Amino acid sequence: MSTAAGDRPDAPLLELRGIGKDFGSVIALDDISTTVRAGQVTCVLGDNGAGKSTLIKVLSGVHKPTRGELLLDGQPVSFGAPREALDAGVATVFQDLAMIPLMAIWRNFFLGSEPTTGWGPFRRFDSATAKEVTRRELSAMGIDIRDPDQPVGTLSGGERQSVAIARAVHFGARVLILDEPTSALGVKQAGVVLRYIAQARDRGLGVVFITHNPHHAHPVGDRFLLLNRGRSMGDFAKGELSREQLTGMMAGGDELTELAEELERPSGR
Amino acid sequence: MSATQQAPVSRPARADERVAAVGLWRRLLVKPELGSLIGAVVILAFFSVQSSVFRSLGGVANWLDVASTLGIMAVAVALLMIGGHFDLSAGVMTGTTALTVGIVATQLDQNIWVAIAVSLVLALAIGFLNGWLVTRTGLPSFIITLGTFLMLQGLNLGLTKLFTGTVIVRGIADAPGYHSAELLLASTISVFGQPFRVAVVWWLLATAVASWVLLRTRFGNWVFATGGDEVASRNVGVPAARTTITLFMTTAAAAWLVGSITAVRLTSVQANTGTGQELIYIVAAVIGGCLLTGGFGSAIGAALGALVFGMTQQGIVYLNWDADWFYFFLGAMLLLAVLSNRLVRRYAEAARR
Repeated sequence: MSTAAGDRPDAPLLELRGIGKDFGSVIALDDISTTVRAGQVTCVLGDNGAGKSTLIKVLSGVHKPTRGELLLDGQPVSFGAPREALDAGVATVFQDLAMIPLMAIWRNFFLGSEPTTGWGPFRRFDSATAKEVTRRELSAMGIDIRDPDQPVGTLSGGERQSVAIARAVHFGARVLILDEPTSALGVKQAGVVLRYIAQARDRGLGVVFITHNPHHAHPVGDRFLLLNRGRSMGDFAKGELSREQLTGMMAGGDELTELAEELERPSGR
Repeated sequence: MSATQQAPVSRPARADERVAAVGLWRRLLVKPELGSLIGAVVILAFFSVQSSVFRSLGGVANWLDVASTLGIMAVAVALLMIGGHFDLSAGVMTGTTALTVGIVATQLDQNIWVAIAVSLVLALAIGFLNGWLVTRTGLPSFIITLGTFLMLQGLNLGLTKLFTGTVIVRGIADAPGYHSAELLLASTISVFGQPFRVAVVWWLLATAVASWVLLRTRFGNWVFATGGDEVASRNVGVPAARTTITLFMTTAAAAWLVGSITAVRLTSVQANTGTGQELIYIVAAVIGGCLLTGGFGSAIGAALGALVFGMTQQGIVYLNWDADWFYFFLGAMLLLAVLSNRLVRRYAEAARR
């Protein structure tokens, strides 16, 4: 239960203040700050090894930050386990999706939060409700599955992402963290997933969209946090940055120019 | 009919059509117990045609008896395998529990029910230890339970010798309370004038309960998930460690039931009872459609796997074949089951492009 709305009416849903995380002597993250507001998409961009995964794990309760503060509705919070983050309304759709390929869609949808019916030793998994809700929630997101009984493994990558997003939305997520949801997808499938991200945003969720692709981030993002080698390269609102600037910063600016020159000239022969 | 009237109808019609496209054949194929059901029917037909004793009521009672104690274990081992683990100590544990019943009843002069209760507590403790070690260390359950298997094998022999001076515990029938225990665990039930062992009822009951738990409860969902992908299931809030430990304790409890049945029925227990059976349980579970990698399988399938085993073992005896052929058949069935399970898994996982 949150009473924060009264304390600070303009408080963002989720706020990071100088978050840092060390693994032994390795500084994986240092001094990361950004905000996530309801009905907005905050994009976290960075190349491989930039610290995106560590940041997600801090937000989702897998790791505790070494430094800095995490504020939910303006109140400092500390998540000791993924379950605690979930209960606070911070849901993460991991890259591996946390779905079991051999299990039916409806079983996956309610995994860990199964509805039950009956009493005492006869308390059982309410499969009829689970199937019905799965079908309804998926179609509310505009996802057309043929049969909730089919194993998740038979779905395409985009469909799996969509089911995972629908699941998070159904379980009362207020902040939705998406870990590279478009990275393994083709152009068309990625477009489908971006549309679901927009859907979730329009339903009033605060979305954290982690990606290394500025072309996916720019159209849907309201805020951009750029990471490089565990440090923040800046936290920008949408108007402050064009797609070209974003792409340039992502690619490392000067490095890209150098690379382009190097590739253009046939060397020496 | 105008086009505007047809338009709203076309949506559900289209959805129905897509459901049907999954196909009955494919639905059947992804049922884990299908292979063992076909196997059981084929073997039943084969031996029934060849041997009149096999198809007689007495014959049926006989091979059901073989299948029953094996089946109780196979069902529990199947749950554990679906949960992603093996228990190599399951076989020797039936010996440990049977010996405990015997030693407490005859050497410590206790009521047999006290002995059975002590045996249960011991079994659950061993199961907990197995599960706790596996979840705490993250080591393969194969190696952890190989350790407990060898330890228990040594303890079974050592303690039996220590208490009785021999490698056998005798005289369980003289313990107080024996007759009520016999009634529950080792009596026979007459059907059409043919006595059937009560263990068959325990087997059917175990299969029904296990299947219900697996398919109709939250815990069952967690078992599939933990075996399918432990990290992923933990990430969505499944208590994976608790699930694993519970599964090891369930296997131990099944071993206790089988051990108690053995002790009460035979009234004497050899110190090497149960050793070597653990692989048979796994074979039955695999014939029943359990994947070695976890996350897929069925309790009913494992029960059918045990039935296949019982029928083959007795059928070969009735046909006066050399008993050595039994292992050839068993091995062939295991290979066949593993190969068909692999196909099923590929089919179920084949991503739509």
